[in-house]
Amino acid sequence: MPISLLALAAVSFAAASPAAGADGLAGRGKELYSKSCASCHGPDGRGVTTQGAPTGAGNVRALGPSLRGVGALSTDFYLRTGYMPLRDARDQPHRRKPPFTDPQISAIVAYVASLGSGPAVPRPHPERGSLSRGLQLFTEHCAGCHQIAAVGGVVTGGLAPSLRHATPVQVAQAIRIGPYLMPSSSARQIDDRDLDSIVRYVESTKHPEDRGGWAIGHVGPVPEGLVTWLIAVVALVGVAVLVGKRARP
Amino acid sequence: MSSGARWLVAAILLVLSRRRRRVTPVAKDEPEAAPTPARVTAPELPDRRAENVVLLLLGLGTACAVAFVVVYALDRLPRQTQLLGLSLGLAFAFLAAASVVVGRRVVSQHEREEPYAEPEHLEEQEAVVLVAQESASRFTRKKLVVLAAGGAGTALGAALIAPALSLGPAFDMESLYRTPWRRGVRLLDEDGRAYLAESIEPETFYTAYPEGAPREQLGAPLVLVRLEPGRLELPAERRGWAPGGILAYSKICTHAGCAISLYRKPLFEPTEPRPALVCPCHYSTFDPATGGTVLFGPAGRPLPQLPLAVGERGELRAGGHFSGPVGPSWWGVRLRGAR
Repeated sequence: MPISLLALAAVSFAAASPAAGADGLAGRGKELYSKSCASCHGPDGRGVTTQGAPTGAGNVRALGPSLRGVGALSTDFYLRTGYMPLRDARDQPHRRKPPFTDPQISAIVAYVASLGSGPAVPRPHPERGSLSRGLQLFTEHCAGCHQIAAVGGVVTGGLAPSLRHATPVQVAQAIRIGPYLMPSSSARQIDDRDLDSIVRYVESTKHPEDRGGWAIGHVGPVPEGLVTWLIAVVALVGVAVLVGKRARP
Repeated sequence: MSSGARWLVAAILLVLSRRRRRVTPVAKDEPEAAPTPARVTAPELPDRRAENVVLLLLGLGTACAVAFVVVYALDRLPRQTQLLGLSLGLAFAFLAAASVVVGRRVVSQHEREEPYAEPEHLEEQEAVVLVAQESASRFTRKKLVVLAAGGAGTALGAALIAPALSLGPAFDMESLYRTPWRRGVRLLDEDGRAYLAESIEPETFYTAYPEGAPREQLGAPLVLVRLEPGRLELPAERRGWAPGGILAYSKICTHAGCAISLYRKPLFEPTEPRPALVCPCHYSTFDPATGGTVLFGPAGRPLPQLPLAVGERGELRAGGHFSGPVGPSWWGVRLRGAR
């Protein structure tokens, strides 16, 4: 009885606390937004879709999509991966240490999410997914760019990042958003169960099982061939030297 | 007793009887007409054992090379790739071993220790020629060894040339133009369900297969994308090929025949490259908005487009044939269209 009461109290506290602090959080987020995001994404997240004169701090050439309706899902992804803020709007964002602290990120996410109704941060459950289904889906939808070992690759005009440091939540977010040149998939194309399977597969690529022994970066036949040739050529030279020695009379 | 075993016994008897007849080893029955020059190297007894080893190795090399051709031709053995590698590798290894044994055991190992004289000294030159000639004098069955080496070389050559047949049909060009797509064929997804036009979303890509045809055919797989109808710049004769902005292209790259598995889709177009279908092998990049024209990369001709139509129940169907032959280019690719 006391335990369930305690649990009830905890639940009500958890439910109440974001509501109570929401305005404050979003307010702080708005402040941070105006400082670091507004020059490209416009005041109130309306976006800047035509190129104007350099504006904002550090002569940023402002150009950026509207953030109304992208929700917490996108904002959380772009800030926690360090993709945003971007120095030049034409650059491809790259993973780095986020310049904001965790509370600052939460504040900006709360503010952008309040601009329009958008999707919340997904909660994938990789343990519910199927590894073999994940491999199949990853092969079909992702491996073309990210490689089957999820080590990243190239598409003309852009880089497909390695997924080594992508958290399960970030993988799920990226599939829904389609950052930069990546296609995006709605729940109609890849439902949440399939999403769990893909995330489970991506997690498994972080600790691959190398039955062959030497993985050589898990990037396929090119480095494997190089190693084979370097070792084989040395061995062949050795054999040639042995054969070339005159037989003792 | 099977005929194979009989042949084996006959061959063994032949070798043994030939062996018994020849007792005197060195060439004795040569004509006396030309005076035999004095030997330079000390006469050595023929090493029949080493010679037999050479014959055995050449025979094994031949057998392995033939085995390669057989494995290649059968085409349905388990672990075929490993067997192909093993047979070809062993063929090379046996031939190499035969050369080594010839070099080290059969050919005379005589060395001239004094430095070679000036080239104008004729006798010295002749002596060198004689050494070369005499080094082969220990072969008793020279013709057989040469024949065996020739056979091994021919078999190995055949083994190396045989895979060229896989480059494509040698005689029946018609199959290169044929695809399973005709007017009215439904587009199915991976799991065999028909694609509905309204289920195709923008910003992503789909793979489609023809209903009632094997998926492994080169002309079967399609890549589907949906673009804004207003942004399409298709050639005039392809009016109506993309209902609702849904475009279907062959999934097989026109450069080397890889599957187009990359779709470059900008999230924010003003700052990012335009949408494109990209082949992962050599990064040939095709523009879906303009009818599959090449934007970048080694592909020499556009990606063939399939006209689409929407059926009564909203399902996607083929509206006709591809705009051109599917798959990597070959000598006759521009002669006529796909069918």
